Amino acid sequence: MSDIQTEAKKLFPGTVHDTPGGGVMLGALEDVINWARSNSLWPLVFGTSCCAIEMMSTASAKYDFSRFGFEVTRATPRQADLIIISGTIVNKMAPVLKRLYDQMADPKYVIAMGACATSGGPFFYNTYSVVKGADHVIPVDVYVAGCPPRPEALLHAMITLQEKIKAGSKRERINIDGTKIK
Amino acid sequence: MTREDLQASLTERAPGAPFDEGGQWPTINPSAEAWPELARMLREDPLYRFDYLFCLTAVDWKTHLTVVYHLRSLSLGHTLVVKIKLDRTTPRVRTVCNIWRTAELLEREVRELFGVEFLEHPDPRNLILPDVWEGFPLRKDYEDPVNMIKL
Repeated sequence: MSDIQTEAKKLFPGTVHDTPGGGVMLGALEDVINWARSNSLWPLVFGTSCCAIEMMSTASAKYDFSRFGFEVTRATPRQADLIIISGTIVNKMAPVLKRLYDQMADPKYVIAMGACATSGGPFFYNTYSVVKGADHVIPVDVYVAGCPPRPEALLHAMITLQEKIKAGSKRERINIDGTKIK
Repeated sequence: MTREDLQASLTERAPGAPFDEGGQWPTINPSAEAWPELARMLREDPLYRFDYLFCLTAVDWKTHLTVVYHLRSLSLGHTLVVKIKLDRTTPRVRTVCNIWRTAELLEREVRELFGVEFLEHPDPRNLILPDVWEGFPLRKDYEDPVNMIKL
């Protein structure tokens, strides 16, 4: 069997059985669904500050993230399943971010890109207007360090998120009224 | 006009405004009372023709406030900086909205962040802060125990 086929067998969550007239793949449904979700995460167009420039450069030709499945960045949260918080979140922007996150359909994931979204960054001390970390507003899955992080770092974070999804989300998430989401 | 020519000409026409040495652009320091007439002259006089106010900010030295205007002439190509020293308790200076219209927005910002009152401003609302904000955030003695973490 060629190298590509052995590689494909490792990446796809299931075992391939060669039967005459083609092959049959057997796998757990949960694994197949997670594999499909992680390989087609569509991000929302959300950039507030300088990290947005690095995100745009990750999206364009040199460090393309659409080869990992993040093909289309949607302008509407209703059609997106990933929000990359690139930039500073100020007190005036926090309710807007919460509203966008609420409008996204489950399953949704969040990457906090850069120092400002992680903890307030350079604006942690002595400022009256910056939220000290986007996780005060919405739950975050992956944090990326950097000010701004290089495109390679953002790609590493996106691949980490894909691996987190493929491993099955063991993190408990709860609804607004306190009931658990499966 | 070159820097030396501008400096010589302004020392002659505006004697009450001493020059600052050094700095990237020539700087004058008029008083707040002399500023309206000087501004009108800087805009309209054919030697100067400063028609572009490209920056209007304030600085909080702990003893006083300074309002800084950056002026440029697009036709003649020279730049000038004007610094006006203001008292901290009642910082008041006349608006230049009728001379350079961009000052409408720039002065609104300086007013909400520093508390400098611009007399006869046509629309003194807050620009970026919410309307119910109390205090002047960019002053050195601003305290905000809810949001600010002090270093």
